Amino acid sequence: MAAFFAGLFYLAATVLVAGLAVRIRQYAGTPAPLKIPTTPAPTTRGGVALRLVREVVLFESLFKATLWTWLFGWVFHAALALVLLRHLRYFTEPVWGWVAFIQPFGVYAGFAMLAGLAGLWARRFLVDRVRYISTPSDHLMLALLVAIGASGLAMKYVAHTDVIAVKSFFLGLMSFEVRHLPADPILALHLGLVAALMLVFPFSKLLHAPGLFFSPGRNQVDDPRERRHLAEWAARLDTK
Amino acid sequence: MADVTAPPLREFPVPPALLPDAMADSKPYVATEKMQEAIGFPGTLVDDWHDKAIAKMGELVGKYRGLRVYLDACVHCGACTDKCHYFLGTGDPKNMPVARQELMRGVYRRHFTLPGKLFPKLVGARELTKDVLDDWYKYYNQCSECRRCSVFCPYGIDTAEVTMAAKEILDSIGYGQKYTNEIIGKVHKIGNNLGLPGPALEDTLLGLEEDVKDETGADVKFPLDVKGAEVLLVTPSADFFAEPHVDSLIGYAKVFHAAGISWTLSSHASEAGNFGLFIGNYEQMRTIAMRIREAALELGVKRIVVGECGHAWRVAYSFWNTLAGIGSGADDPFARMLQSQLDHNYRQPTHICELTWDLVRKGALVLDKEANDHRVVTFHDSCNVARASRMGDDPGGQFEIPRALVRAVANRYVEMRPGTTHEATFCCGGGGGLLTDELLDLRVKGALPRMESLREVADRHGVNFMATICAICKAQFTKVLPYYGFNRNMVGGVHQLVSTAIRLGAKQ
Repeated sequence: MAAFFAGLFYLAATVLVAGLAVRIRQYAGTPAPLKIPTTPAPTTRGGVALRLVREVVLFESLFKATLWTWLFGWVFHAALALVLLRHLRYFTEPVWGWVAFIQPFGVYAGFAMLAGLAGLWARRFLVDRVRYISTPSDHLMLALLVAIGASGLAMKYVAHTDVIAVKSFFLGLMSFEVRHLPADPILALHLGLVAALMLVFPFSKLLHAPGLFFSPGRNQVDDPRERRHLAEWAARLDTK
Repeated sequence: MADVTAPPLREFPVPPALLPDAMADSKPYVATEKMQEAIGFPGTLVDDWHDKAIAKMGELVGKYRGLRVYLDACVHCGACTDKCHYFLGTGDPKNMPVARQELMRGVYRRHFTLPGKLFPKLVGARELTKDVLDDWYKYYNQCSECRRCSVFCPYGIDTAEVTMAAKEILDSIGYGQKYTNEIIGKVHKIGNNLGLPGPALEDTLLGLEEDVKDETGADVKFPLDVKGAEVLLVTPSADFFAEPHVDSLIGYAKVFHAAGISWTLSSHASEAGNFGLFIGNYEQMRTIAMRIREAALELGVKRIVVGECGHAWRVAYSFWNTLAGIGSGADDPFARMLQSQLDHNYRQPTHICELTWDLVRKGALVLDKEANDHRVVTFHDSCNVARASRMGDDPGGQFEIPRALVRAVANRYVEMRPGTTHEATFCCGGGGGLLTDELLDLRVKGALPRMESLREVADRHGVNFMATICAICKAQFTKVLPYYGFNRNMVGGVHQLVSTAIRLGAKQ
């Protein structure tokens, strides 16, 4: 089992990193020939950075759009971030001080994450407009995240797993060494699903994460009258 | 053609129940072979349209970062689902922005993504069949590219970019829309969208000079092709004879006259509108914009000013510098050729509202606000001005400057309900190349949200004049207001109000 998960996580990490790198290079390498920020837009680069921070941290546009989706979505993402940070303890020895500090909050965040996901999922059944646009993969993605969260919490509250051994396993992976992994079905489920999430990330709608930073509607400076903005393929037309 | 019916105004602005296929019969006339070929597109649907369309899609996602990111990033969160005026007015689920995008995104997934190739059903990927292509034609012609959805999208996904790409693909396989493509042909051939030839334009302008002389006693000129004038005014051709557009043109002329600014129109560039935007075609848009550059160079003007036209202002403000070097700050020889001629103490290009507002602030105009006292005015933000451009130096100037101008010339001003103005403004229902009679039912239904907020201020505050700065808004409202029980004359331009208030020859 240890060997299987070692292989799986090396594969998943490679696919995640390489896949995202390819995508990001593709986005960065595709020209944006026209100035199309959604206005009013910032007129400076600093302003744009602030706009993106507000979108990433506060989900500003979604807040303007619909409060319920914002609430569920924001709670889920914020909780997920906290949960991920909490998991750093499995990859660092000694555990960093602030990671130790957030441990108890991370546990609550696990519940908050599930609550947020439940809200988001409920909308896909209860709101006819959202039901109409939901695809099977939208439901599967939510199922995947719920299962990851639930199996994680189960190991905390229902059937404890040997977290010392789990930590040793991951520290081992980081130095290319396959160590013992407890043969625990809930742990296996949890790890398998996390690996699945990493594998689908670069090929799915999870690309919304890097996508936001490359969205011309949000990342362009509103200064077309002051500066000539010209993509390479468009510039060639000038000399024809 | 289907009956034209206005939906009832909603007491509470809740989203409508879904009415699948409610607008499945709505589609504009297809461009004729002649119109298509005149602007370099295949005359009729080509035999290998499927492969050509997919290839074109591949080309476009390689040329436009926005399109590529927008096709990848959507999570189906539903934030946009109740934001489109066409959805609110029709209930057709394919008019929800995300569902409209999915018509293309499904095909993109099938051909350009791994999961779409492996598990099409799972991720909503679809083959581009003739039915899907027809859906594209119908529903991308039910999007006015107003970008209201993009305001609310957590990733800034802009349906207008997807709609434009769809129209670009449709054109490239010989499935173009008659209204836009015929007009693009006219602007190339004659110089303006209405096909008004130079001599007719000259006659019209002379007639206007006489009218204004009769009305005010002042010798207000409407100059055409005057070399060495300071300002080149580029305005939508509807301003030359359509009602109420022409009243704003008279307003601009009075402002120039009162401020003593020499100006001219150009017969070569007698159109600010640029329908190349609506069909998402960069080359068309560039060719049309180049007329302005050529006219400015030929006439030797120092300033370029744009009249009241929403999409034209988007193209002028956001794209002219890119497309034709009309602006400031360029150091390449192509753009310098014109930019070294222009006076960069002024914004290039300048919106007519910016110009007039600057004059008002300097006290250069004599204004009699009481002359507008018979009007209770509200302001309709036009989508392209609100969400795709700016005026003045600060973000949001596109909202503040026209309002400041209205307040400077009229005493009685009322705002419509928050959430229906500024960046959240509702499209008039006729933008994006949909201002054609066979789409009237769609246009009437799409006007619903705006009509609701207008009804509110009309009932509560007696609003009897809705000012706007867009030729399409003016034409659209003139047509659809009666369907909602309003007088068609209650829409007009901001410079129509200026025209009423301005006193000529009083200050020397």
